Amino acid sequence: MPFKRFVEIGRVALVNYGEDYGKLVVIVDVIDQTRALVDAPDMERGPINFKRLSLTDIKIDIKRVPKKKDLIKAMEEADVKNKWENSSWGRKLIVRKRRAALTDFDRFKIMLAKRAAVVRQELAQLRRTAA
Amino acid sequence: MAPKQRTPRVTRNPDLIRGIGKFSKSQMYHKRGIWAIKAKNGGVLPRHDPKPKPESPAEKPPKFYPADDVKKPLRNKHKPKPTKLRASITPGTVLIILAGRFKGKRVVFLKQLPSGLLLVTGPFKINGVPLRRVNQSYVIGTSTKVDISGVNVDNFDDKYFSKEAQKKKTKGEGEFFESDKEEKKVLPQQKKDDQKTVDAALIKSIESVPDLKTYLGARFSLKAGVKPHELLF
Repeated sequence: MPFKRFVEIGRVALVNYGEDYGKLVVIVDVIDQTRALVDAPDMERGPINFKRLSLTDIKIDIKRVPKKKDLIKAMEEADVKNKWENSSWGRKLIVRKRRAALTDFDRFKIMLAKRAAVVRQELAQLRRTAA
Repeated sequence: MAPKQRTPRVTRNPDLIRGIGKFSKSQMYHKRGIWAIKAKNGGVLPRHDPKPKPESPAEKPPKFYPADDVKKPLRNKHKPKPTKLRASITPGTVLIILAGRFKGKRVVFLKQLPSGLLLVTGPFKINGVPLRRVNQSYVIGTSTKVDISGVNVDNFDDKYFSKEAQKKKTKGEGEFFESDKEEKKVLPQQKKDDQKTVDAALIKSIESVPDLKTYLGARFSLKAGVKPHELLF
């Protein structure tokens, strides 16, 4: 099975360890066998170990180590944010974050809604069989 | 007796560094005006002789001297204050009671009593919890708040909740075996009315939020797979 996601300049990756945990960053340069130079619109450009990155499918078109302005422009053109939020991986992370932020009252309301949905489905089923 | 109101002493000698003043001893003598005080008093600093004390009655020598010197314990002027209330618990917060008869019940917090305990009510109509005191340690504060502005809780304090003094019953042999508890403890009508007045305003503000009434009526429980340390309340 060939590899599909490569470490290359412009590859968007997710930081999975450390201070910037959960951020989407762009690889702008490769330092050596273990580290890459990484940049994002809301953080300072800096080195990060490959082991701390999870590569995504998204790639943007940039030159080696672009200026911040050019990086932001390229990210907007490639529409990284929307592509990420619509991808199944991105959606799962968003759902996970939302679930973690639920309060006790929210969980109660969700429980009621789930029960009501089950009842509705059963009712619809019965209606269909009766008709 | 309140301490005498004294204006704090102001020094006319500012510190250059801690321990070293700006002005020398002779400069300070002049600044403080000791020369003027002396001049007023004829070249000497005024003497204030102690006031003659009123005649105190002659003290008799004590009858008894203890054999060993017993140490007197130090005075303890410590006044207890009510426990510090957690920042998450404010009047109107929904609390989850964790222990006791009402464990798991979700309940509205009214105020902290002077003993430190929390005054709490169900409301009674919704989940059967009356006006009750509960300890802060046995409570989870949720982030759900109820509007409590229409409720007057000023006349409740710890004395309201104290047990009534039991009348001493003489234990005759016959009585011991006959009746254990003839008189049932009836809740005084005053307490029932208090409950009703407090709950009336509360229930109105609770019903204005959808699902809040059923929420308060349900008990909290942990389900399989739920990790309390990861839950946001």
